[in-house]
Amino acid sequence: MARFAVRRLLSMVMVMIIVSVLTFVVLIKIPGGDPGQRLAGRSATQAEIQQIETKYGFNKPIYIQYVNTMKNIFTGQAYSYTQGFNVLDEIKAGLPATLSLAIGAGTFWLLASIAVGTLAAVRAGKYTDRLLTVLAMAGVSFPPFFLGAVLLYFLSYKAGIFPLGGYVKFTTSPTQWFWHMVLPWLTLSVLFIGFYSRVLRSTILDTITEDYVRTAHAKGLSNRQVMVRHVLRNSLIPIISLWGLDIAQVIGGGAILTETVFNLHGVGQLAAESIVRLDIIPLLAIVLLTAFVVVALSAVVDIFYAYLDPRIRLS
Amino acid sequence: MATTSAPGTEFSADLGAAVAAEGEDLPPGIGPWKLAWRRLRRNKTALFFGGVFLVIVALSVLAPVYSHDIAHIGYADQNIDKPILIAGKKTYVLDPTGIPIGPTWHSQYLLGADSDGRDVAVRLLYGGRNSLEVGIIATTITMVLALILGVWAGFFRGAADATIGVILDSIWAYPAVLLGIALGATLAISGINLGIFKIEGTSLYVPAVVVGIVYIPYVAKPIRGQVLTLREREFVDAARQQGLSNFRIMFSEILPNVASTIVVFVPLILANAILLEAALSFLGAGIKPPNASWGTMISDGVNTIPAAFHNVLVPGIMLVLTVMSINIFGDGLRDALDPRSKVRIAH
Repeated sequence: MARFAVRRLLSMVMVMIIVSVLTFVVLIKIPGGDPGQRLAGRSATQAEIQQIETKYGFNKPIYIQYVNTMKNIFTGQAYSYTQGFNVLDEIKAGLPATLSLAIGAGTFWLLASIAVGTLAAVRAGKYTDRLLTVLAMAGVSFPPFFLGAVLLYFLSYKAGIFPLGGYVKFTTSPTQWFWHMVLPWLTLSVLFIGFYSRVLRSTILDTITEDYVRTAHAKGLSNRQVMVRHVLRNSLIPIISLWGLDIAQVIGGGAILTETVFNLHGVGQLAAESIVRLDIIPLLAIVLLTAFVVVALSAVVDIFYAYLDPRIRLS
Repeated sequence: MATTSAPGTEFSADLGAAVAAEGEDLPPGIGPWKLAWRRLRRNKTALFFGGVFLVIVALSVLAPVYSHDIAHIGYADQNIDKPILIAGKKTYVLDPTGIPIGPTWHSQYLLGADSDGRDVAVRLLYGGRNSLEVGIIATTITMVLALILGVWAGFFRGAADATIGVILDSIWAYPAVLLGIALGATLAISGINLGIFKIEGTSLYVPAVVVGIVYIPYVAKPIRGQVLTLREREFVDAARQQGLSNFRIMFSEILPNVASTIVVFVPLILANAILLEAALSFLGAGIKPPNASWGTMISDGVNTIPAAFHNVLVPGIMLVLTVMSINIFGDGLRDALDPRSKVRIAH
């Protein structure tokens, strides 16, 4: 077990290094031209551009540029030159909204997809199953930015039930926080419910044919007990590991579209706004940190998996 | 985006067994492709949505005809100050406060105007053309590169597998939309320049290449897993004994056995590629104006909420309908080709 964990952590570090190099190359090197000029923005003075060039070492060899860029980001010394904010501070400021979105939506989509997936599996081939299949297909086909706009229009503008987007701090007003988050949670969840419930349905259908399930039936357990204690418990493992990775993506700003439509001012929206302004440093920091969170969490998930299932350690 | 990788990457192409398990009454010696076609033909829902998709493709291909002969207006033509004749009445497409008119249900401005006074129906069809074109090119890029990388890694294992694995893991580490906008934003500045192969930054091919790269691991990993088991099978040993070269074995022994996986993945990737292109365009890192795209149309429309909601609704419904029809058809195709498969993909 320890050997597996060490091996997995080593590969995690390697992927992180490669990811950081890739991110640097994609965002700083590929566009070509003078990176100092690009970071400084259109209205920068010559002195400012020179200052950026020294700070990031753009007049030095490429590996020094890379090291300086990483150092600036991880020590909180990276600034958005066009907007004049500290990138790490701005990301921290966006985290509460992003975490609210991730945790609330994550809980909702996990519970809902367990319910939907189990129902579809129990009724496999029947009318309910077909209906849920079509609904799941519709769910995975709805882009969050469209679904969000539709919900905002009908439930907020027309019916006036929900607020018109924005984020209210939990500490300011828990009820307002909740009320502002309902539509974003729903919007983000629909896609995942569609996907997870399909995965769970087919995992359950695979599990049902296992010998231990027949044994459980044979020893006289009720259908319900077999389902909950034996089938569901084993079928949930792939769902939970997917969930860990998807949550990591959302926390890192992967829910860009939902955050943008509902104007939550989270990490994802910061990334979206940086795109529009072609503000490279915040974008670089967000992409890098997100990828790190995802890589780290996927290592944790793998190690946890190996702990649960000894067969994985040996392969 | 995530695929189920852990328990789900090894899937059997064991069609015969699956069919036998179903207890179908089949003529002897029927081939796997013919069998799949029989199953697909019985799935009316999948066929219906496959048809819907074909209709959308046909309409999009005919966009210039519609623009030229029916609507008499180009996709980028604005009509701000001149009134048009609709059912004999002079109408301005933008009212004095700049709010565009809704659907007229006549040949001109059939589905209303956008906030720049352009014809939404014309832009919808051109947007479909662009979205489908980007989706199809991106899917081709993904499938070809994923196939090469997956087969190579699975067949040679060892160092090649480790190297390719790290590349795939690195791409996988980024959330799809985030990687897409990072690439889309920078490539739009520089264009793509690989010597003989040059693409302008504003070209349609930039989002196509971006989307194509993002989805490579989702296909390459399952293919690699399948090749890993295939290479140990007896028929590969037999080919090796006959002295076939590695390349021949990969091409004529391995490839036909992963063909059904590839076919199953095409609609999945196409649907996701169209969605990702729309998302990138929505965020301003995809198709560039004045080219139309469903994503940019929705993005423009969101700015006119609540006055002209048709600007969001029309492209949005079209996008959902397209993606849903590909998804449902793809689901049927998967059931037909590989009834016990574990090939899955989503966001």
